[in-house]
Amino acid sequence: MSVELDPSPKFTAYAHPERLVSTEWLQKHLGTPGLVVVESDEDVLLYETGHIPGSVKIDWHTDLNDPVERDFIGSEEFAAMMGSKGISRDSTIVVYGDKSNWWASYALWVFTLFGHEDVRLLDGGRDKWVAEGRDLTRDTSVVKKSADYPVVPRDDAPVRAFKDDVLAHFGNPLIDVRSPEEYSGERTHMPAYPEEGALRGGHIPSAVSVPWARAAAPDATFRPRDELDAIYREEAGLAEGDNVIAYCRIGERSSHTWFVLTHLLGFPGVRNYDGSWTEWGNAIRVPIVLGTEPGAAPMAR
Amino acid sequence: MAAVELPQQLAEIRDGFLELEEKDRLLLLLEFADELPELPERFADHPDLLERVVECQSPVYIFVEVDEAGAVHLHATAPRESPTTRGFVSIIGQGVEGLTVEQALAVPDDYPSSLGITRAVSPLRMRGMTAMLARTKRQLRALAAA
Repeated sequence: MSVELDPSPKFTAYAHPERLVSTEWLQKHLGTPGLVVVESDEDVLLYETGHIPGSVKIDWHTDLNDPVERDFIGSEEFAAMMGSKGISRDSTIVVYGDKSNWWASYALWVFTLFGHEDVRLLDGGRDKWVAEGRDLTRDTSVVKKSADYPVVPRDDAPVRAFKDDVLAHFGNPLIDVRSPEEYSGERTHMPAYPEEGALRGGHIPSAVSVPWARAAAPDATFRPRDELDAIYREEAGLAEGDNVIAYCRIGERSSHTWFVLTHLLGFPGVRNYDGSWTEWGNAIRVPIVLGTEPGAAPMAR
Repeated sequence: MAAVELPQQLAEIRDGFLELEEKDRLLLLLEFADELPELPERFADHPDLLERVVECQSPVYIFVEVDEAGAVHLHATAPRESPTTRGFVSIIGQGVEGLTVEQALAVPDDYPSSLGITRAVSPLRMRGMTAMLARTKRQLRALAAA
């Protein structure tokens, strides 16, 4: 049983308005049966400093990633994790987080790998909720009830690309969502972020540079439909029917772009290459382009 | 035994973490974050005195001082939206407060990994704390050499 949709006019211009809710909508619907609010942040302690009343925390490192292999958790672990957060298969999930919903988008994308149907983002995320002076609490006692979540297969193929998929993809659009300095090869990590170990700098040949944050307005909400169309269709040249792969450094920033392309602009079959630069920039014998130009697409392998 | 004994306050912080269940250790880290004092006013006009810890994901700045009595003090600032970073720098600040330069320099570089929070916080995030300790010690070495 799905919780009713947010009818905000801003959202109706998007391809899938059912994927967003506003802070006003969430405030009004807190406590609705069937609704679970999830906070997902870059900072592992931010939820503990105060969160939306009744929300649960899902951390990208400690909850979603396999602790040993570089991969996401498997079906059994996912079912146990979701159940422990009080989430059922038919729950309506609203995810919100810091940094313009960057990590919230990542969590939403991982939920998509497991086919969770009704998962939405809070437009503006944690920043907007806080800026509007809405309630935060440190109380976690109300969210302890667990639920039964079924063990479902993880289906990577529709939304996740691996290195070999990218090599076979040449000739189709690639979007690099990292900073201009990472794209050109000047540096291998975000400005002001820790060095996370890529041996080579640059970008995947033919990838167009569209830094992820261009899709976000200063108040952390998504930019309106016409502005997004101007960025991704007119400027980056994406067209109807394109088969797109987005990447960044470890697949987090590109989850935000994946959400924009898939749910706000309605491109079907967009994939997120989560191996991203920390894999590509360390791999043997993959082509790399330096500088500010995309470069020609090599032959697909 | 040749190993230098860990100063008592650092040992107490470590033991405080280790005696808790793993999930409660994050809450203790939050307490440290809450306890991080504001920068002394004299730094407000001198942002140039503060050194940025670039290994950390959020903007954190530190300044190490040795007073006339030879006691070490660490001053730091980090935004409220970065509680993990605030917790890390607060632990190091309380841990080295009042030590002699020799004692502070003898703190093991891998002290952060002894707190038992690496799994709950994630190894990637723990790197920031190790970097803070290294930068604190480097500032102390520079002061001692001056």
